[in-house]
Amino acid sequence: MPLLKVDNLTKNFGGLKAVNGISFEIGEGELIGLIGPNGAGKTTVFNLITGHYEPTAGDILFDSRSIVGVPPHEVTKLGIARTFQNIRLFGSLSVLDNVRIAYNCRVKYGFMEALLRVGGFAHEEKKLTMQAQELLQLFNLADKQDEPAGSLPYGEQRRLEIARALATSPRLLLLDEPAAGMNPAEVHNLMELIQFIRKQFDLTILLIEHQMRVVMGICERVVVMDFGEILAEGTPAEIQSNPKVIEAYLGKEVA
Amino acid sequence: MKRPELVAVLAAIVAAVVIQILLVTGVMNAYAELIVQYACIVTIATLGLNIIYGFNGQFSLGHIAFYGLGAYSAALVTKLWTGDNPFGFFGAIIVAAIVSGGVAFLVGLPILRLRSDYLGIATLGFTVIVKVFFDNADAWVPAMGGARGMTAIPRMTSWPWVAVATIVAVVLMRNFAYSSPGRATMSIREDEIAASAMGVNTTKYKTIAFVMGCVYAGVAGALYAHLYAFLHPSNFDFLKTFDMLLIVVLGGLGSISGTIMAALGWTFLLEGLRVVLPSEVLDLRYVIYPLMLIIVMLLRPTGLFGGMELPFLRAPRIPKLEKRPQSAAAESR
Repeated sequence: MPLLKVDNLTKNFGGLKAVNGISFEIGEGELIGLIGPNGAGKTTVFNLITGHYEPTAGDILFDSRSIVGVPPHEVTKLGIARTFQNIRLFGSLSVLDNVRIAYNCRVKYGFMEALLRVGGFAHEEKKLTMQAQELLQLFNLADKQDEPAGSLPYGEQRRLEIARALATSPRLLLLDEPAAGMNPAEVHNLMELIQFIRKQFDLTILLIEHQMRVVMGICERVVVMDFGEILAEGTPAEIQSNPKVIEAYLGKEVA
Repeated sequence: MKRPELVAVLAAIVAAVVIQILLVTGVMNAYAELIVQYACIVTIATLGLNIIYGFNGQFSLGHIAFYGLGAYSAALVTKLWTGDNPFGFFGAIIVAAIVSGGVAFLVGLPILRLRSDYLGIATLGFTVIVKVFFDNADAWVPAMGGARGMTAIPRMTSWPWVAVATIVAVVLMRNFAYSSPGRATMSIREDEIAASAMGVNTTKYKTIAFVMGCVYAGVAGALYAHLYAFLHPSNFDFLKTFDMLLIVVLGGLGSISGTIMAALGWTFLLEGLRVVLPSEVLDLRYVIYPLMLIIVMLLRPTGLFGGMELPFLRAPRIPKLEKRPQSAAAESR
């Protein structure tokens, strides 16, 4: 029983077929890479899964339940979290608040209890603050909890975005180019971080990445997209030697 | 509530009592009393706009309309039914809150999906409609007076009412700011797409912020109606909405302290100039105060209190966790 099943998924923007009838499955606990040249439709697939876009056709099953038409915040609640290609932190809010916001959908007090500071407010607030701080500590960001998220260095912003996504307690984590703009040492740390959180939080991970080192280094299976369609699927070794993939990335040899 | 906040509330109550003593003993005259009350009413209304625009990032030009709805609905209750009964007045304030909040909910549902400038235009349209409604209201409800203005409203607003309302408004807003719903509201201002991806129901929190802000406007309007005992549609003209916007921006978007300071400062400055300037050049008020605005915005582009709060309005401090060695990033070195 796959955790996520994408079935004949299609998304048109006007005349452009950004995603054209793709199907793939992700099993519980897998770490899968989604690669492809720029404009292949990878991020569109993420936006479709998280409910930010409505598919033109096709179906997405999460835990054998269709999540097409479910609004993004409900998708998150079901257990799918994501990071963004161009970091989208809450820049002027503190690092701690960035993570605490991600607990919002599970908080057990309401608007009125917050205004009047009654009921379970104090207890619940203390609990989620504690959880957020522990998560930050795990990501080596505990010292920066009071700084505005936007003032962190780039690498730490990437880390914070992953921490924030994990705060929603996902089962499936979608990472959109986590290594973008990182130097080789940072990329190395990131790869270990991904493997660490996967074990620690029992995650299934779908990863978009351009850096082949990352994809080939940690993914068990790779899905290659081009022009909105799936070009190839297989283990990293198979993909590396697949002539169609090489052609998509490097172009055709001149006869 | 923690101790510093409790001290602040007590200090505010003491200040309110001192002003009351000054009023009763006649040290402060009736004119000063009126100005102090009006300044606090402006504070409550603009705090509401700060929730909508400062916290939630929704650009609303409709605030004056909700202020007017609160004013007229409360005035109707006291004028037609309860007269000068204080419980009736309290009921009228509640009615004003419900009317403003209810209309905000109904109007908000369709238009809050719009963003920035588009929302501004839609709310501006709403303001114009409400003004036209006030102008012609006597056709349906003669007591509202239409373009001739609404008269014979019991003069119920007094300093204790205004003081209590202001303190409650500030405390509730602070409680909101440092809670999960408050943080969710602010996350929408920062990045709506990221907020929804983090499980924040953006429609819900946009509606909550809009309704809450408009309830503030409604309560302020109710106090205003019973302060001057006369309402005229021109008090709720769309141009007046910019006064509120200006106070919120001047104080610093998202800053509770800033809105309070700017609202008090704005009222006192305008009235103070009236006292200081000779009557022939009184119109210079509207030259001097815009000039001061320009200077403040040049010197402090994020507003007087942009990103800052007075100590008792600050977020509660959270002690950092002790360092533990086995963090993920440390392990990977």
